[in-house]
Amino acid sequence: MAIDARHVSKSFAHYDALKDVSLRVEQGELVALLGPSGSGKTTLLRIIAGLDAPDDNPETAVFVDGEDISRKPVSERRVGFVFQHYALFRHMTVFENIAFGLRVRPRKLRPADSVIRSRVNELLELIQLGRWAAHYPSQLSGGQRQRVALARALAIEPSILLLDEPFGALDARVRQDLRRWLRNLHAKIHITSVLVTHDQEEALEVADRIVIMNQGRIEQIGTPDDVFHHPASEFVVTFLGNVNLFHGRVESGRTVIGEVAVGQRHESSVSDGKSARVFVRPHELEIERQQLNGTSVPSRVVRIQSAGPVVRVELTSDRGEAITVELTHDRYRDLSLRTGEEVFVKVRDARVFVADEIVGDYTI
Amino acid sequence: MQKLRQHSVIPGFGLTLGYTVSYLSLIVLIPLAALVARGTSLPWADFNAAVFDPRTLAAWRLTFGTAFIAAVIDAVFGVVVAWTLVRYDFPGRRIIDALIDVPFALPTAVSGIALTAIYAQNGWVGRWLEPLGIKAVFSPLGIVIALMFIGLPFIVRTLQPSIEDLDPAAEEAAALLGASRLTTLRKVVLPTLQPALVAGFVTAFARCLGEYGSVIFISGNMPMKTEIASLLIVTKLEQYDYAGASAIALLMLVSSFFLLFTVNFAQWWSTRRQRERV
Amino acid sequence: MAASREYRHTEPRWLRATLTLIAVGFVGLLIVLPVIAVFTEALRKGLSFYVQSITDPLALSALRLTLLTALATLAANLVFAVAASWLIAKFSFPGKSLLLTLIDLPFAVSPVIAGLIFILLFGARGWFGAPLARQGIQIVFATPGIILATIFVTFPFIARELIPLMQQQGTEEEEAAILLGAGAWQTFRRVTLPNIRWALVYGIVLANARAMGEFGAVSVVSGHIRGRTNTLPLHVEILYNEYNFAAAFAVASLLALLAVVTLVAKAALEWRIRVEQRPAEAAQEA
Repeated sequence: MAIDARHVSKSFAHYDALKDVSLRVEQGELVALLGPSGSGKTTLLRIIAGLDAPDDNPETAVFVDGEDISRKPVSERRVGFVFQHYALFRHMTVFENIAFGLRVRPRKLRPADSVIRSRVNELLELIQLGRWAAHYPSQLSGGQRQRVALARALAIEPSILLLDEPFGALDARVRQDLRRWLRNLHAKIHITSVLVTHDQEEALEVADRIVIMNQGRIEQIGTPDDVFHHPASEFVVTFLGNVNLFHGRVESGRTVIGEVAVGQRHESSVSDGKSARVFVRPHELEIERQQLNGTSVPSRVVRIQSAGPVVRVELTSDRGEAITVELTHDRYRDLSLRTGEEVFVKVRDARVFVADEIVGDYTI
Repeated sequence: MQKLRQHSVIPGFGLTLGYTVSYLSLIVLIPLAALVARGTSLPWADFNAAVFDPRTLAAWRLTFGTAFIAAVIDAVFGVVVAWTLVRYDFPGRRIIDALIDVPFALPTAVSGIALTAIYAQNGWVGRWLEPLGIKAVFSPLGIVIALMFIGLPFIVRTLQPSIEDLDPAAEEAAALLGASRLTTLRKVVLPTLQPALVAGFVTAFARCLGEYGSVIFISGNMPMKTEIASLLIVTKLEQYDYAGASAIALLMLVSSFFLLFTVNFAQWWSTRRQRERV
Repeated sequence: MAASREYRHTEPRWLRATLTLIAVGFVGLLIVLPVIAVFTEALRKGLSFYVQSITDPLALSALRLTLLTALATLAANLVFAVAASWLIAKFSFPGKSLLLTLIDLPFAVSPVIAGLIFILLFGARGWFGAPLARQGIQIVFATPGIILATIFVTFPFIARELIPLMQQQGTEEEEAAILLGAGAWQTFRRVTLPNIRWALVYGIVLANARAMGEFGAVSVVSGHIRGRTNTLPLHVEILYNEYNFAAAFAVASLLALLAVVTLVAKAALEWRIRVEQRPAEAAQEA
């Protein structure tokens, strides 16, 4: 079922957590809210769940499947919610934790005991923890606990599933396994889901669409590809992955770094002389032995780190800017680079911002 | 309601707030207000006469004096007891540790008559003191002993967590830097324990000021000599001198509030200072 | 306690021995000896006198009143403690720290004053005394006064155990329960209560010891009417003041026994609470 949150604001005593945010999540989608801490992503999630109330405003509404649920008591919303720190009932077994939502239903709506049992067993199967049914949460690892928390949320057959930094408290290896597992699970049950995370890798890997938030506002909404390759703001560029920043200026409709022109003419008319900020990801740079008709920046190799899937080369440009370039091992071997050598760095792709307005998104 | 607190889905705010505040008012606030009203309704001259006549003055001196001495002795031995209980392992340690709470659990009247029996002339300890010319029962010394009994757990229980929290690395560092064990204890350990020791001392002192049950049996209650302030309140009440009793009670209440406020403030201040240092 | 931990930089052996001896001697002399004295003195005139003293009708009526007082007090303070700790631990609102201070207030009030304030309210010349007396209701020098004074002196005991625990446990489990469709009562009974039960029992044990043993406050409001407003501690005092020492100690030994039971229960509960918290911490690291 689709979620449609409209004009949501939330202010606390000392700051505004959300500033008039609207978000639509389509039926069956898995959307990630991505942003640094304090960006308002958890607040938005808690408001959709009904755990927090938005500021009073006649335009504010949260629709789930076309029905405004802001006035509905939380216990009747049927929202599946997974907490960062699991919030499992510590004195109940894994089985009872999962069964809780069914057991607390009013007598008339409560399924028979045998139905509850088979439903819980199904879910235990789904999270691959059948053998742990009689254990207590404290006897489980973090990853197992989070799977129990997920099963518990799914037991009530929620209309939507909300996950608040579900893997935030786990270590890297477990996190990666669970991510893949969650992706597969979502492919299987297709429940409309919203996942809050501050981990870009997680968002890029798991989500159908990513909502990038900053300081209580949405910076960009798009597929992982969109936001990564076509960022809408400087914040999005710098937040997603490492990026090199070159300071340039606009000259006769083109962006120039030092003596090097980047890309083609700007489509929009930008007046000359304005300073431009050029963002280039490390893998979008090329190292050349020769200067090719003024399109590359002279630089000196400072450090080479070749342990890893790619080779990271740190350089200093002739204008004193620090540059990071990522090369494949093949290319690195071909170049046979040494620390201290003078080389030329060529820009392949770049995003150019003038006054935080994107003016160019080039593949050169 | 929305303005009074932050939104929460957890139910029961109004109910628990209403119940808590009403119950607190009925049991604690209104009765204490009655005391303040009654104590301050006296004209200043009468209040002065009730609180500072020679007999009451003697009671104040005795009450504060014995409570202070008892708390000091408890502080000295309390450090040793808490230190051994946390740092050393010896047979019976757990039992001794549990027994520290006896003064909390034993009704004061019972400890009062038991201490009297022990320190009486023919008692287990009293008979050894008698030849030395020391009279423990019906004397200020007896009051000090009873108050030491009452005060000890406050000091030990405040010190124990602080000793457990001591970072052994600090002591190891001191040793590696060439400090002798005694210097380490004096310069590294004791200063760290000082806030807890002061807090424990003041709590014990405040508690001893108001102690009644364990004292009245061993003190003998002779006016001007071994009559404590609490007993004076009871005496005045029995003579239906409610105003006089309230005046003394009010002064006592203010003293112990002041002491406990000081402790809380000192603790708040020292944790804040520590946080700032980090 | 942490004594199992190794402290390698410690005092020389002779100093350790001396300090241990001082500590054990001090605790033994000051604290253990009186407990032993109670039981010794109680049995001084033989077992039959002991039994006779504690089965005396006046002793039994004192015991009944003590039990009644403790029961009423605990019930009243239990309800309050749960309400207050729910309020303080689960909500944030202005004035919370003031409320916490006020709850602790009775700790700073000496027992005699705790009795006195109820005389001032309900005595013949008190604020409410005369109007109530006209209705034929007597509070002080009667059972209600004894219960009120006892409620006052044990006021913070249970709440003090619950508040820090519930604050530490936070609100997420309750939020999870409500999101899963649980109502208010279900959330409290199925989620909150099991999480606090041992602390609750712990608080009750401590409050009970104080309620049954309270002397100063009760002494002031009781009026010492034998067979009617005498609790066990007051009965001990009367017997003692009549120089009936053996009987006084016999009755006192019942209270001493209560203290011993309290300490054993306290130690057992502390162990239980530690055990319940330990695996959670250990597994969190895994």
